[in-house]
Amino acid sequence: MPLEDTASTINVIDYNFGLSRQKTSNRNSGVPLHFFLPTSPDSAPFHYRPSFHFPASNHSLNVIRPFTLAHGTTTLGFIFQGGVIAAADTRASAGGLVACPAVHKITPIHSHLVVTSSGSGADCMLWERILAREIRLYQLRHRQRLSIRGAAKLLSFMLHPFKGTDVCVALTLCGWDKEAGNTGCLIYVCSDGTRLQGDVFSVGSGSPYAYGVLDRGLRWSLSRDEAISLAREAVFRATHRDAYSGNNVDLFHITAQVHQV
Amino acid sequence: MEYLIGIQGPDFVLVAADNVAASSIIQMKHDYDKMFKLSEKILLLCVGEAGDTVQFAEYIQKNVQLYKMRNGYELSPSAAANFTRKNLADYLRSRTPYHVNLLLAGYDDTDGPGLFYMDHLSSLAKAPFAAHDLTRDDAVDLLKKCIEELNKRFILNLPSFTVRLIDKEGIHDLEKLAHGAK
Repeated sequence: MPLEDTASTINVIDYNFGLSRQKTSNRNSGVPLHFFLPTSPDSAPFHYRPSFHFPASNHSLNVIRPFTLAHGTTTLGFIFQGGVIAAADTRASAGGLVACPAVHKITPIHSHLVVTSSGSGADCMLWERILAREIRLYQLRHRQRLSIRGAAKLLSFMLHPFKGTDVCVALTLCGWDKEAGNTGCLIYVCSDGTRLQGDVFSVGSGSPYAYGVLDRGLRWSLSRDEAISLAREAVFRATHRDAYSGNNVDLFHITAQVHQV
Repeated sequence: MEYLIGIQGPDFVLVAADNVAASSIIQMKHDYDKMFKLSEKILLLCVGEAGDTVQFAEYIQKNVQLYKMRNGYELSPSAAANFTRKNLADYLRSRTPYHVNLLLAGYDDTDGPGLFYMDHLSSLAKAPFAAHDLTRDDAVDLLKKCIEELNKRFILNLPSFTVRLIDKEGIHDLEKLAHGAK
């Protein structure tokens, strides 16, 4: 059959999620690939049928949650002539309770990539760590840093088996790499499978308010200070109006070197 | 809410797709391209559920390219459409069906232009007719009229459309069509 057997789905060769017996890969000279990744409740290895059937999960059906998940946050990122700005509030809310007023929603992954997270806090923490590990492994194996687009695609592929489950992760990768030329690179990756590259993104319950401020003031030619104050203003206005965003504003500016503001 | 349209002429196919990438009620991108180039003369337009569209379309795209690498010649539009439909059908009754709706437009050197419609229940329909004596300019005018009507009656705002034309020379990018309302 000239084309790929349809039973073999999008199976990224190196990442078997610990489900199949294959432990090493020839390409990596026997480096063990069997590592821990959370197994999805109704995923099965792509190449055999399980002996008992999990209840069919349909993406379009709503999963009944044991409690309501609230995703209160405001994060944003945008590209301008001086690099990339990433900003976020610092409130972690659990329903009506401010669970923590000083959470870091922006995490540096490596020297030229930060990730802003929104959605479920636990899921974001886990997937950021998994992403950081995979990027580091790639760098060690291939002796060059993975591009931001590559990292976004990798993350999207890793999240794909969990689509339809309760995993709720909406990350914005903000970074700078040679592939993007002299500008930064901003990619939004969501656990429902969305992967969008763009110039400005805002995510979270406060994002409509942040967009309102950003869409008015954002220009390519902003100076560094103008861009920083625009980002801070946008998050501040969002925290003012959105009950689930608040407390402080974290801000990162990514250029050839990352430094925190 | 997304929009795809294809118009088949005597020796060309004109396709257009809107440019909005939305997340619930927020437009996250205004310049998103929903067309995937399968080969020199085949385009796949894909809309539907967020992650499924890109995953499925890229899977089809890479497989069509693989076919060319293995066999030295490209799949015809009809073969590509049937391959796509088969994949949709195989996944339909699995635990992870792809919720995507597709238009596949292509030009076959022997059969001429072809326009295929596929939906998430893996039905495949080839437009059995083409507008006679439709010039390329007429087709673009027709497209503009469709977009005008859309912006008049459709509840959602679709400000701009990517337009491409496929004929025996290959795929041509035409001017983006934008709606004038500001």
